[in-house]
Amino acid sequence: MIHSKRALTLIAAAIAAALAACGEQKPAPKAEAPKAPPSLEIKIGHVGPLTGGIAHLGKDNENGARLAVEQANEAKIKIDGKDTKFVFFAEDDQADPKVGTTVAQKLVDAKVAGVVGHLNSGTSIPASDIYNKAGIPVISGSATNPKLTEQGFKVQFRVVGRDDQQGPAIASYLAATRKPKLVAVIDDATAYGEGIANEVEKTLKAAHIKVLPREKGNDKTTDWKAILTKLKGKNPDAVFYGGMDATGGPLLKQGRELGVKAVFSFGDGACTDEMTKLAGAAADGLLCSQAGIPPQAADKKFTEAYKKRFNADPILYAPFTYDGANLLIEAMKKANSADPAKYLPELAKIDFTGATGKIAFDAKGDRKDAEMTIFTMKGGKLAPIAIIKGGQTIAYEDFAKAAAAPAAPAVAPAAPTPAPAKEAPKK
Amino acid sequence: MDIFLQQMINGVTLGAVYAVVALGYTMVYGIIQLINFAHGEVVMIGAMVAFTVITALAAGGMPPLAVVLVGTACAVPVCMALGYLMERLAYRPLRRAPRLAPLITAIGLSIILQHLAMLVWTRNVIAFPQIIQTEIYTVAGATITSVQLAIVALCVAMMAGLAWLVYRTRLGTAMRATAQNPQVAGLMGVNIDRVIAATFLIGAALGAVAGVMVGTYYGVAQYTMGSLLGLKAFAAAVLGGIGNIPGAMVGGVLLGVVEALGAGYIGELTDLCHFAGLSQTLAEHCAAESHFVLFGSNYQDVFAFLVLIAVLVLRPSGLLGERVGDRS
Repeated sequence: MIHSKRALTLIAAAIAAALAACGEQKPAPKAEAPKAPPSLEIKIGHVGPLTGGIAHLGKDNENGARLAVEQANEAKIKIDGKDTKFVFFAEDDQADPKVGTTVAQKLVDAKVAGVVGHLNSGTSIPASDIYNKAGIPVISGSATNPKLTEQGFKVQFRVVGRDDQQGPAIASYLAATRKPKLVAVIDDATAYGEGIANEVEKTLKAAHIKVLPREKGNDKTTDWKAILTKLKGKNPDAVFYGGMDATGGPLLKQGRELGVKAVFSFGDGACTDEMTKLAGAAADGLLCSQAGIPPQAADKKFTEAYKKRFNADPILYAPFTYDGANLLIEAMKKANSADPAKYLPELAKIDFTGATGKIAFDAKGDRKDAEMTIFTMKGGKLAPIAIIKGGQTIAYEDFAKAAAAPAAPAVAPAAPTPAPAKEAPKK
Repeated sequence: MDIFLQQMINGVTLGAVYAVVALGYTMVYGIIQLINFAHGEVVMIGAMVAFTVITALAAGGMPPLAVVLVGTACAVPVCMALGYLMERLAYRPLRRAPRLAPLITAIGLSIILQHLAMLVWTRNVIAFPQIIQTEIYTVAGATITSVQLAIVALCVAMMAGLAWLVYRTRLGTAMRATAQNPQVAGLMGVNIDRVIAATFLIGAALGAVAGVMVGTYYGVAQYTMGSLLGLKAFAAAVLGGIGNIPGAMVGGVLLGVVEALGAGYIGELTDLCHFAGLSQTLAEHCAAESHFVLFGSNYQDVFAFLVLIAVLVLRPSGLLGERVGDRS
């Protein structure tokens, strides 16, 4: 099965590559030819896991990017004076780093002009090297590991926030709203947990809040009672735990059983609906953070179009991949070229308003002032309560209102009329 | 003081579970001098089977306690069957083989069982349905939950039952005779194969109950949960003197208490800021941070093994002494 599937995809890729080669050679000689409508085919790739445990998230990401490409085709964009058709290549990396690099190479060989993805940090980081060598711009809508944009690759961008912005976000929210005097910080001794816990501790200390010496478990710890009992003796006002939901759930449950009154706060690893199952009623009232904005806070126009096209609501990162694909298209329009070398500089200095708000990139390719969302658990469901943006805390209702208001001029498949006007003076 | 009391309560609960699991190790060792490393996996399978049954029944309108009891009632026979099969298929053919062979088999079995469980119940952490409303009682500033009380009570009951079985019944007499000298016991009309199989069955049943207790206590289960639990219970068995049934009970409880107190107090005991006067740089650091902890609570899991090493060095036969027949 796997073999025949692989063979098929390989053949398909080979044909695609062959077609691509033809497609690119043809316009050159035919440029002077008398034929009236010269056409251009631009390939945009998307990679995410379409099989396995998080296949639903992969499909959600893919749909976001697919919607952007389809809208661009409907808008009949002209690039370099030619009718442009965007072709969407969706690939499955199975959330596996090894498959991720294979698929990345496949897209490079198919001569895509740009890539949206991958979903996971674990697959995005190894794949980024391949795109970088090929000089193909790649925008991730969901990989939050800081390392992705710390490699110095000019082609790598991301429209979602980084893990190391998350710690400061939840810590500053905690400091501003709960005003704790003493905070206990616990982590699970993994790169993720320790990293986010360090950021939280740093931010809290900067706000002159006392932090107890770090307590540590590991990523399999289920018995937190000894640590929690010790903390109970110190009577902290808040507890932050850097780790996953599988360990965070028991932590929360045991904390409440022991009568620890503090506010519990977690990073995105434990900011899942699974927490209600793991901690039961004790989960109510916990605070946690996620990178980006919740899909329901995305631009209404996008949400409606998505629902109409796919007959489902966006799950998680679809607004971000939608923006990612739109950014690629917008940069191509600005550069009036689908040549990665030509439109990459435009992408780097782009200033764009997408479904997730204003997007501009910093020198590393990270989104400037990326949003973080703070959630609280209410009656077994995570509900967004605040958005942190550029160190500012915005109540979620206000943010949602603001997002709904300027919806009209916000996204829209890049208004065809002003675009040529912008291009004209540049040429 | 209430903190100390709380740590003791935590430790005794944990220790009671260790003790019940340790009994499974010590009984088997006492009779055939085999360290059954797959016993931790039996505990895990017990938890998983109970999880499946409890999840299936949780939606129906049965009272929560009954659901958990049914879950346990399903887990026990499954684990007993597993224990019997292990003995029959993996250990009995090797009974006359050099001692290393069954030991390696035990490790192999443990890996096989773990991966079978992974295939059946996935590699994800499974959330145990939280159906029992936990009552929380406060005693002198420390809290104790109804689940903790139930665990301790059950463990005591099981240990008492086992003690009665071993010292007051014909089967128990046969077990003790086999432990002392299987050949002679056989000559006296004891069916050794049956006695050994019975030992495995009893150990597995205890393990299954322990698995359900761990699952409901922490609310989570995973296919790897048996390995560390098993190792710690083994350490408890050695601590009390392997092969010695009261020893496993004492060792288990002691280990649980040592672990809880260790994790609770090591941070403060190794806080170098108590000795800030000794060094200039240390004093400066302490003034800024107020703590300089040498060993934190991340050493929690290490205590069981530190105790194991200390016992092996200072008192190789355990606290209450090894109790195995003379065989060489």
